[in-house]
Amino acid sequence: MSVDRSDIEKVAALSRLAIDNETAGQVAQKVNDILEMIDQMQAVDTDTVEPMTNPLDATQRLRADEVTELDQREAFQAIAPSTEAGLFLVPKVIE
Amino acid sequence: MHDMTVSALSSALAAGEFSSVELTQHLIDRVKTMDGDYNAFLTLCEEHALQQASNADKARAAGQVHPLCGIPVAHKDIFCTNGIRTSCGSKMLDNFVPPYNATMIDKFDSAGAVMLGKTNMDEFAMGASNETSFYGPVRNPWNTGCVPGGSSGGSAAAVAARLAPAATGTDTGGSIRQPAALCGISGMKPTYGRVSRYGMIAFASSLDQAGPMARSVEDLALLLELMSGHDPRDSTSIDADVPKYSASLNNSIEGLRIGVPKEYFSEGLNPGTAACVEQAINEYQKLGANISELSLPHSPLSVPAYYVVAPAEASTNLSRFDGVRYGHRCDNPTDLNDMYTRTRSEGFGDEVKRRILVGTYSLSAGYYDAYYRKAQKIRRLIQQDFVEAFKSVDLLIGPTSPSPAFPLGAKTSDPVAMYLEDIYTIAANLAGLPALSMPAGLVDDKPVGVQLIGNYLCEAQLLNAAHQFQCATDWHQQQPVQGDMV
Repeated sequence: MSVDRSDIEKVAALSRLAIDNETAGQVAQKVNDILEMIDQMQAVDTDTVEPMTNPLDATQRLRADEVTELDQREAFQAIAPSTEAGLFLVPKVIE
Repeated sequence: MHDMTVSALSSALAAGEFSSVELTQHLIDRVKTMDGDYNAFLTLCEEHALQQASNADKARAAGQVHPLCGIPVAHKDIFCTNGIRTSCGSKMLDNFVPPYNATMIDKFDSAGAVMLGKTNMDEFAMGASNETSFYGPVRNPWNTGCVPGGSSGGSAAAVAARLAPAATGTDTGGSIRQPAALCGISGMKPTYGRVSRYGMIAFASSLDQAGPMARSVEDLALLLELMSGHDPRDSTSIDADVPKYSASLNNSIEGLRIGVPKEYFSEGLNPGTAACVEQAINEYQKLGANISELSLPHSPLSVPAYYVVAPAEASTNLSRFDGVRYGHRCDNPTDLNDMYTRTRSEGFGDEVKRRILVGTYSLSAGYYDAYYRKAQKIRRLIQQDFVEAFKSVDLLIGPTSPSPAFPLGAKTSDPVAMYLEDIYTIAANLAGLPALSMPAGLVDDKPVGVQLIGNYLCEAQLLNAAHQFQCATDWHQQQPVQGDMV
């Protein structure tokens, strides 16, 4: 499989990344080099193979539903780009 | 003092030959004088380190202490450190001062170790040469025209240049072992889940694992003992006892069964590197090990499978960098989408963006089965090869990287060539197995590493076998020639 400029622009939009016009072609070329290398996988028949998500096949560990974390809002917000009255500020979302 | 291993320093501190404050000050002076040549440190924690050293000296005077009490250690700038900038080698986190410690940092603190500083790395640990760092490349102490390897390049260079006796690193596809090999030191990636990932900035969560880097395997054992153990804050952390790794180092390896995977001696392997690995195999034969050749038939697929799994997980992990809660935010955003897009485009470097694009593509509608699911199936096949191999052998041996350190800039324009640097290290990450690299020779005055891979949770056996090699050889004692000695 290979991608062209418009695929790259679509994926970039999904990733919230801006790719400028000048470099889009070059980016597509490098991504294609990588996809070509990845495509070596397609030569192997894996129909009966179980996918592996965790090296030790571990499942999600559960714990009691209790509050264990302290409120650290001030410490967390001290490093935020913009806050007001205990809230994180972002540009206006709804007009 | 700077030539001493952690074990030797620990004994010297215990014997009162010098204090931790004297040792720490000496290394701070060395970093200040010499690191201009290497760029291994992003942050030197002068005040913090001297305070910790002074506390360590007091604790030692008061009684029994941990063997690492008062030992200066450099930490990769991927571990969150409370009140100390943690950049992950990225502009995105250039202003990030974490409000908490990684579990790993807490463990070093509780032992009374000294945090000397935070080391340079490839941006978000994505690279094999340390050239993707926002703060510029690290230079290899053996040859400053060459790369130190990556992504834990700063940690490897700091230890090799005798700026720190030991350092921490992380290894997602070879990021501890490959720089350890290229810088002539020892480095270990434990079993996936052995060391807590809490507070370690995530790259590919099903592969990431932290480990120690030092100048001897004996030191790796000491460090790993402290770093390992269950952490309720990391849901993938293994709940198993931590053996006393140092206690079994001197066991005999007579009769140890070592397998040589024939795929690890493929055509891309530098002949000089191959000769060093052959020599190491002969050494093991002399030590009484039984050597046999075997096959890991799916190992040629490790790089392709890895470059689906790792970017896919990276693209999801890195979606958290949005300019809302911490890190970089672009100036004067016009709306929310503009803020996300410009923040991320300004904050991430080219290689990180490339991996996010590949990862997003492979996870997008219509491609998931052909890429991510396919890669997970290949991953299973790669693991099964190892399971099969460990039925007849105890350990596997091979090269760590295809060739010694290469010149700066040699592979930066060709991502796939760079990715092939990790051709021998990636399989252990995909399978989640413990593996280490240690020095095994020199080619063109540059170090070569040999890699040992063990079965799940068999770190003690790996360290034992590696220590026995270091008792019989002196490759790990070779050091780079340095101009300006402090």
